[in-house]
Amino acid sequence: METLISEIMTKPDIENLKKWARQLRLDVLMMLNKAKSGHTGGSLSAADIVAALYFYKMRHDPKNTKWEDRDRFVLSKGHAAPIQYAALARCGYFSPKELRTLRKLGSILQGHPDMKCTPGIEVCTGSLGQGLSMANGMALALRLDKKTSRVYALLGDGEVEEGQIWEAAMSAAHYKLDNICAILDFNGFQIDGAVTDVMNVEPLTEKWKAFGWHVLMIDGHDMEQIIHALDEAETIKGQPTMIIARTVKGKGVSIFEGKYQYHGVPPSDEELKKSLEELGVSAEGWPERLVE
Amino acid sequence: MTKLLGTREVYGDTLSELGAVNKNIVVLDADLSGSTKTSVFAKKFPDRFFNMGVSEADMMGTAAGLSTCGKIPFASTFAIFASGRAWEQVRQSIAYPKLNVKIVASHGGITVGEDGASHQAIEDIALMRCIPNMTVIMPCDGIETKSVIHEIVKYNGPVYVRVARGKFPVVMPEDYKFSIGKGVVVRNGKDATIIAMGLMVSHAIEAAAMLEKEGLNIRVINMSTIKPIDRDLIIKAAKETGAIITAEEHSIIGGLGEAVAGVVAEEFPVPMKRVGIQDKFGQSGLAEELLAHYGLMPKDIAVAVREVVKKK
Repeated sequence: METLISEIMTKPDIENLKKWARQLRLDVLMMLNKAKSGHTGGSLSAADIVAALYFYKMRHDPKNTKWEDRDRFVLSKGHAAPIQYAALARCGYFSPKELRTLRKLGSILQGHPDMKCTPGIEVCTGSLGQGLSMANGMALALRLDKKTSRVYALLGDGEVEEGQIWEAAMSAAHYKLDNICAILDFNGFQIDGAVTDVMNVEPLTEKWKAFGWHVLMIDGHDMEQIIHALDEAETIKGQPTMIIARTVKGKGVSIFEGKYQYHGVPPSDEELKKSLEELGVSAEGWPERLVE
Repeated sequence: MTKLLGTREVYGDTLSELGAVNKNIVVLDADLSGSTKTSVFAKKFPDRFFNMGVSEADMMGTAAGLSTCGKIPFASTFAIFASGRAWEQVRQSIAYPKLNVKIVASHGGITVGEDGASHQAIEDIALMRCIPNMTVIMPCDGIETKSVIHEIVKYNGPVYVRVARGKFPVVMPEDYKFSIGKGVVVRNGKDATIIAMGLMVSHAIEAAAMLEKEGLNIRVINMSTIKPIDRDLIIKAAKETGAIITAEEHSIIGGLGEAVAGVVAEEFPVPMKRVGIQDKFGQSGLAEELLAHYGLMPKDIAVAVREVVKKK
């Protein structure tokens, strides 16, 4: 059973969001190439969702990172940190120059998200399966304080093999946390191979529904569908919402697309060159210069 | 007759007293609120109590999330589940970001009794002690428990507190004030020092009284903060008494004994012996029977003291 996306969004500037998603992809590729380690595939698959959240949906203030009424974002699939770092830098949480320091000693950009090091990061993630519980905790606190802020959590499909995710899924439904919106980056691959081969997580829609969630199915690279789903989630009362976003691992760069081998491998110099050509973006002036 | 007080009962009462004053206190439990005594708080403040069901990992993560929004979460379950089942959640989600989460775990040690080895945490202090940023406390009686709970609310950071199923003899005076990281000399002496935690503090005092009759003058320290440990007090004891015996209702591996030994070995080596559970699992039985079986009675501590004093 799928909930269909019926209305067509007109408000948000789709083209602008697409441009930001392209910018984030460029940033991810450049950062990972410079870091010489990190997770390419799962960062690129989440680019459109993250762009929609940071540049459209979330109420946040990069100049006031502890603003009490802000919406929260938890990157439960913490290995996709580069995509969040790119978004934070482009929103103005810190200088884009910091993107050059990813994974280097003393950097504010740790290998996995670290709230103590990076402005705009809400919790520490990276050990899979723990983010949704933390998001639930935030949602409970916000409700106690009668805040209208919402909590967004981005999960990986391999990640939902973790038992804690299902504990948290139960808790969110039990406590009727309608201020939670989880998004599943369903790119079909984990580090050892296809999710269906390693440990099948399907049927996901039925599972989340059975756990008491309102479930939406979308194409995670269709900006209109993403923003519509995020908007719809906000109208759902009495239960949490899960947006299952069908994505392509490594989306945007054909050499990485659908290849689990690039789960935790950065682009080489040669691969970077080809990737940027394909995306129609240039490394020139990075990170100061923005994509056209 | 010595007055007995349950540390978990005092925890439950103190928590609900504090909850009336501090609205930021929230409490989580994993289906053991009747045993951990968080049920007292739950009755008084149902909107600030979250029963997470039998899911300790989720409970720790939820507590972490609550704390990022300014709440002071107390997460309670049995010590074995808090420290064992949810260890990595405590490490990753709570201790690493140094979040203000208080883990108060009941049913620590073998005095859990009849439930047997599966429910007897004899490794929890070791598991929590090795995590950076973590403060580890075991109060020795009801009076200290009350003061501990008050103090950890004032402290901003993660804390693990072990309380027990059984009732402990009251050792500390009514007006005692606990401070984090400070051990307390509960009996003066010059021939050797017993450094103990929890129930073993009262056993150490009994042991010292036995040894007094043999002409040995034994100092007893209540080392309720196992981390950060009171180095100065340990060094002073080593220098002044020349022999140290530790006593804990915990494995001798990784617990109070090793924490003390680390300081003694580095700063002022003197003969030492660790009284504790000798790298074995517990079993079913009455608490008293188990304490005797595993060598944790006052007479066992006295044997260790005599042995160490001979090596001086």
